[in-house]
Amino acid sequence: MKLKFLVPVLTFAAIAVVLWYALFNLNPTEIPSELVSKPAPEFALEPVPGYGPGLAQADLATGKVTLLNVFASWCAACMAEHPFFMELKKQNVVEIYGLNYKDKPDAAAQWLDRHGNPYARTGMDLKGRIGIDFGVYGVPETFVISADGKILDKIIGPVSKDMFDMRIRPLLNEAGS
Amino acid sequence: MVAEIGQFVLILALVTACFQGALPLIGAARENRPLMRFGDNAAFVQFAAISGAFACLTIGYVTSDFSILNVVNNSHSLKPMLYKISGVWGNHEGSLLLWSWILALFGMAVAFFGRNLPDSLKARVLAIQGLIGVGFLMFILFTSNPFERISPAPLDGNGLNPLLQDPGLAFHPPFLYLGYVGLSITFSFAIAALIEGRVDPAWARWVRPWTLAAWGFLTIGIALGSWWAYYELGWGGWWFWDPVENASFMPWLAATALLHSAIVVEKRDALKNWTILLAIIAFSLSLLGTFLVRSGVLNSVHAFASDPARGVFILIFLIFVIGGSLLLYGIRAPKMKGGGLFAPISREGSLVLNNLLLSTITATVLLGTLYPIFLDAFTGAKVSVGPPYFNATFLPLALPLVVAMAFGPFLAWKRGDLAGIVSRLKFALFAALAFSGFLWWWQTGTPVMALLGMGLFAWLLVGSVLEWAERIKLFRGPLANSWKRMIQLPRSAHGMTVAHIGVALVILGITASEAWQSEHLGVMRPGETVTVGGYDFRFDGAEAITGPNYDAIQGTFLAYKGDNKGVYLYPEQRRYTDPPMETTEAAIRPMLSADLYTVIGEADGDGGYAVRIYHKPFISWIWIGAFVMFAGGALSLSDRRLRLGAPGRAKRASAVSSAPSEAKG
Repeated sequence: MKLKFLVPVLTFAAIAVVLWYALFNLNPTEIPSELVSKPAPEFALEPVPGYGPGLAQADLATGKVTLLNVFASWCAACMAEHPFFMELKKQNVVEIYGLNYKDKPDAAAQWLDRHGNPYARTGMDLKGRIGIDFGVYGVPETFVISADGKILDKIIGPVSKDMFDMRIRPLLNEAGS
Repeated sequence: MVAEIGQFVLILALVTACFQGALPLIGAARENRPLMRFGDNAAFVQFAAISGAFACLTIGYVTSDFSILNVVNNSHSLKPMLYKISGVWGNHEGSLLLWSWILALFGMAVAFFGRNLPDSLKARVLAIQGLIGVGFLMFILFTSNPFERISPAPLDGNGLNPLLQDPGLAFHPPFLYLGYVGLSITFSFAIAALIEGRVDPAWARWVRPWTLAAWGFLTIGIALGSWWAYYELGWGGWWFWDPVENASFMPWLAATALLHSAIVVEKRDALKNWTILLAIIAFSLSLLGTFLVRSGVLNSVHAFASDPARGVFILIFLIFVIGGSLLLYGIRAPKMKGGGLFAPISREGSLVLNNLLLSTITATVLLGTLYPIFLDAFTGAKVSVGPPYFNATFLPLALPLVVAMAFGPFLAWKRGDLAGIVSRLKFALFAALAFSGFLWWWQTGTPVMALLGMGLFAWLLVGSVLEWAERIKLFRGPLANSWKRMIQLPRSAHGMTVAHIGVALVILGITASEAWQSEHLGVMRPGETVTVGGYDFRFDGAEAITGPNYDAIQGTFLAYKGDNKGVYLYPEQRRYTDPPMETTEAAIRPMLSADLYTVIGEADGDGGYAVRIYHKPFISWIWIGAFVMFAGGALSLSDRRLRLGAPGRAKRASAVSSAPSEAKG
């Protein structure tokens, strides 16, 4: 058996090992590291009509861990996480701020009328400019904000109970203890 | 009821595939003819069963049967019929079913057209096909069942992603799968050859048509995909070096290399081990693409909804198929008899150069695609490898490839005469220099890369035509003589010329559209006019319109040049309701000389709209070129020598030669 004929299979073995590791341990949708533990970008936004007060960077430094949820009335996946957010609000687990993304004021207000409002504050990013600063590339996205207004983590896609227990609850407990 | 029948026949197909994967292999090892022949029947049954399953799912979609979960998730009763049907394969589960169906179709084609194949080779090929089928059918049944029921059934479905509701994308996956799965046949032939320990020119003649067909389908599939990205995403780009695009591009590159190396096996009985390895790699890259797209290890706009359980299954499948076949290669390949040595300056020498460059390109694309995963695994850093890397590695390798493409066909087998070729190609060189020089003079400030690209276009186009003219002795005797030669020239030779011209046209399209694109991005008010690329674009305003399952803002542009009447363009910004999503519908006026490309965006609340207007010279030639390449492949495929079943007949006609394996059957 000549060794050079085994080069392909050895190359593949190396690739397979890394892919195996990646499959279980890596998450490509994680937040880019440069945003983590940096203060949230500066912004000040008008509230969704009837769902004030508005939202600004200063409002994020609340002394406790909060969530900033990017949502829109046209976003299907937002409906998937919405009932869970309502539950969080009812049980008073964590304060959630709503960043309404590329929406119409009326449509956003109607959406909240119909499905309920889980947010303590809302802000309308009509053109998606603030979204760019936050690195939003799909709706929904949820940022975990520290007591002093820094970004701790970001969850892309709808937040489920499992996801909450795994990624957000530890951050809440850490801050609480 | 339909779902249960579908589920049942799918299980039947799995059982059949298991037998197809085992019995013929045993039969071939024991030289038991009935067992070997079992593969044929199993291939027919498997095809019939998967066809039944596919039909059941299609019925579910066409009749909007919302008790089937897959239909609920991907269809809607108001969706146009075309997209109800394309919705069948527009999702993870259905697309796998299509994969398996094509796999079974091709397996049946081998069983049907392979009457002249040696029994043992055919039995082994069908068995390998059966084993691949087992993997895919198990994947479907255990992790991605398209026939899962939902109770209670909802009143209506969630709809198909509007981006996918598009004719280009309706046919993009089937062509890609035809290509990927076509490569499974060459893979099966390679494994069968390794088991038999024998590769001969007859084997290469069997492998080439499958490679050609797979390559042609991949070419069309990739072209359709990039065309879709061009007009649907509204960014004006057509290739993003996205992991999923790379996943389809790598098998294409490997198939292109395989196409050429199989010629050397056929003509010179050399490069056997390398060709076998390429056949394995080409299919492995198709499978790897499937893994990358569906497992969630990479983030991409195209990725299917990912599920780690699926990722684990595919990865185990990959380890079996790729790892197993490469291990078999490592053990068996050293025992294969290699062919003779050959001179570097010869047809086969140029084909080796082609293979070296193509496989290096494949490796760099693979590296760029996997690099983010590797870096993340080892250092935790998140990066995305984008166009800068790919352009920096792809172009320097593609350049000598194109230079050699004009040379290669001129070289004779065994020993070429470089000096003679240089003198015959001087006209092509002159054309390239003259064309670049003219552009340099005419369009001052043109980047060097653009001049180089245009020079390569002229070089390859003229070089290919010269070679063709040389073969038929055009203008070197009476025209009637040339005509006769042209008729007698094998179609594969015509096919090569056409395919190479196709590549030249693609180079033209890419270079010109990149170098001389002009654009206007900004807010326009009704009545305003801007000039882009020599055309005046007048914005006539925008209005709200309603489509069958969406609302939209439709802008009106009048594009004209000088005094002519001009054309109206109506770009739209659509907002679909099921599922809620916005899409950009660019309005494009494709012309041979340039595309006029307009996009309308959001209103600024003050009467104006954000618009994007592009003038993209010669961009249509990218897709025309791809189609010409496909046509070249098809022409070559129609060559009598390569026609399915022909090798056996040709063999009998020419009596004895070096390939005893053909004599049977």
